[in-house]
Formats: sequence, C-alpha cells, structure tokens
Amino acid sequence: MALAEDGLMEEAGFRMSEATAGDFFALLKPRVMSLVVFTAFVGLVAAPVAINPLLAMIAILAIAIGAGASGALNMWYDADIDAVMTRTAGRPVPAGRVTPGEALSFGLVLSVLSVMTLGVLVNWLSASLLAFTIFFYAVIYTMWLKRWTPQNIVIGGAAGAFPPVIGWAAVTGSVSLESVILFLIIFLWTPPHFWALALFKSDDYARAGIPMMPNVAGQASTRRQIFAYALILAPVGVLPWALGYTTAGYGVVSAVLGAGFVWYAWKVLAMADDDRAMKPAKALFGYSLLYLFAIFAAYLVDCVVGRALMMGGV
Amino acid sequence: MADKKLELVTLTERQQKARRNRSIAIGIALAALVIIFYAATIVRFGHSGASITGSGLLGGG
Repeated sequence: MALAEDGLMEEAGFRMSEATAGDFFALLKPRVMSLVVFTAFVGLVAAPVAINPLLAMIAILAIAIGAGASGALNMWYDADIDAVMTRTAGRPVPAGRVTPGEALSFGLVLSVLSVMTLGVLVNWLSASLLAFTIFFYAVIYTMWLKRWTPQNIVIGGAAGAFPPVIGWAAVTGSVSLESVILFLIIFLWTPPHFWALALFKSDDYARAGIPMMPNVAGQASTRRQIFAYALILAPVGVLPWALGYTTAGYGVVSAVLGAGFVWYAWKVLAMADDDRAMKPAKALFGYSLLYLFAIFAAYLVDCVVGRALMMGGV
Repeated sequence: MADKKLELVTLTERQQKARRNRSIAIGIALAALVIIFYAATIVRFGHSGASITGSGLLGGG
C-alpha cells in the first residue's frame, strides 16, 4: 500500500510503475551488449600478459554494464524519435513501460557503478576509457551528432569500437598498436553496417528527422561510400597478420571474410536506383554482423591456439 | 501537511507484481555485488601478499 495526499501525486503526474526487471534489462540494449562483451573479451584474451580469471570476469561484466548504461541513457534521450520509428517504437520508454526519469536514473547509476567497479577492482586506465566511451556515446553521439550530421555514425562509431581497447587495457594497464587495430576494425565496420540498415529503413529515419546518409546525400552516394569503406575495411582486417601479431591462419580467414564484405558491398553498389526490396542492402547488413563476429572469433582462436602451441614447445 | 486528509492508494495486481519483480532483481544484483567485491578483495590481497599497499585497492595499482 502506498500513501497519497488528496490525489496530489496523481495530479503531479505520478503513477506507480509497472516496469519489470525485464524492461530495465531491455534498456541495456542486450544485443549490442553481446557484441561489446565479445569484442572486449577478445581484447582481454589477446593481451600478452595474464590476468586473474575472476578479475577478467569482473572487467568484462563492468564493461558490459557500462555499455548497457550508455544504451539506457540513449533510450532516455531518444524516446521522442524512437516512438516514431517502427524498429524502436516497442522500446520500454516510448512504449510507456518505463518513464524517462527511471531510464535516466538507471543509466546514470549504472554508469557510475560500472566505472568505479572497473577502477577500484581492475585499473583506472580501463575505467577512464570506459567512462569516456559512455560519455562519447551518450553525449557526443546521442545528444549531438545523431540529430546534426550524416557523419553521425562515422564519428559515433568510435564508442562501439572502444571495448577491445578497454579489455586490453584492463589486463596490461596500457594501450598498444595491436589494440588500436582492433579498434580500427570496428570503427571502419560501423559506417557500412549502419548505412546498409539506413538504406532499407530510410523512411523510418526520415519520419524521425534523423539525418542519416541516404536521407541527406541520397542512396547512390551512400552506396558508393559503403563500397569505399568496404575497400578500406578488408585490408585493415588483415593488418594483425601483416604486422606479425597473428599466424597465417588468421590472415587467410580475415582475407576471405574481407573479400566477402567487398563482394556484398559491390552488390549494394550495383543495386538499381528503383530497387524497393533492397535485398543486397539487407544481405550486406546480415553479412556485416557475421563478419565482425567471425573476424574477432578468428583472432581469438589464433591467440589461444598460438599460445597453446608455444606452451607445448611447438 | 498534518491537517490534510491522507488516503491510501491500493496498488493494482500488475503494479504489485512489477514491484515484487523489481525488488527481487535489486536484491540479486546487490548480493552479486557484495560477492564480487568480497572475492575480488581476496584475489587482490592474495596477489600482493602481506604488502597491502602494493594492491590497487589502496591506490598502488
């Protein structure tokens, strides 16, 4: 039983929440979080020194919660545009299951908690990088770039690219060229991934007034830029082998994956202007997800197998 | 405040279920946090041996 004074609480817009724990979990963008967890884990395992498994688990958990917190802050700020887009209208805030105030508080509390946990229990460099990532995604991308420039996801993509660097920093207490290359792979992957989505969801973005590349520069220009990014991404994906960080096994896998990316991007480039079904764009979007998981999985396997062989004296 | 008439608001069944659901989740999260900090403290102190100041927990890094 809750106490109210002459209905004053209801007059002030107060209502008892019906949000469940599941609604709050949805604020963390669990699908994005899975990508963050995986790439951070690869950065952590790839680091050349060992970390206690418990501390490694805590680092991954803190990074995941920090990423989730930035997602909650994004959903708080973007509730107005989420409400008019079919892809996002069912999110907890626009659907009315969680109030904007609840989402904001939840995001802020988890941001502080994740950064402090990582700092106190692991190290302060990784905590600082996590804090910067949350700030970059919630403030620089969500509040500023997203509604202002078609380069929004190009620059904002840095936020999604930081997790492997944070994972690496959690183990080594430093940032190295190897972790920067992992950052670059995600950073260069982001524009073609999101622009493929923006091509077949351009009506949604137009309704919400978000200046995505297809809505501002047109579909033909977007298709050319997707192809250009694919041409840059493919060789960068092979860089870890070219610089001697991995075996030729990774080199072959990343080269094949990169060639596949260029092939799908080429199909998008060759797409007809009046193609309403946009199957090539949908195919590239699906393949881009596979690409990122596969290239990081290949990197992980290469590190683990390489280390096992060294320990076995092979 | 004192002379204002107070009334009790009865939560709907859905609100009660949601509140119970949230309370359980918060309880689990707090318990997990306690366990994590306890276990991590043991690990960090174990690493630094008798020298507590060598631990990042006390700023040694």
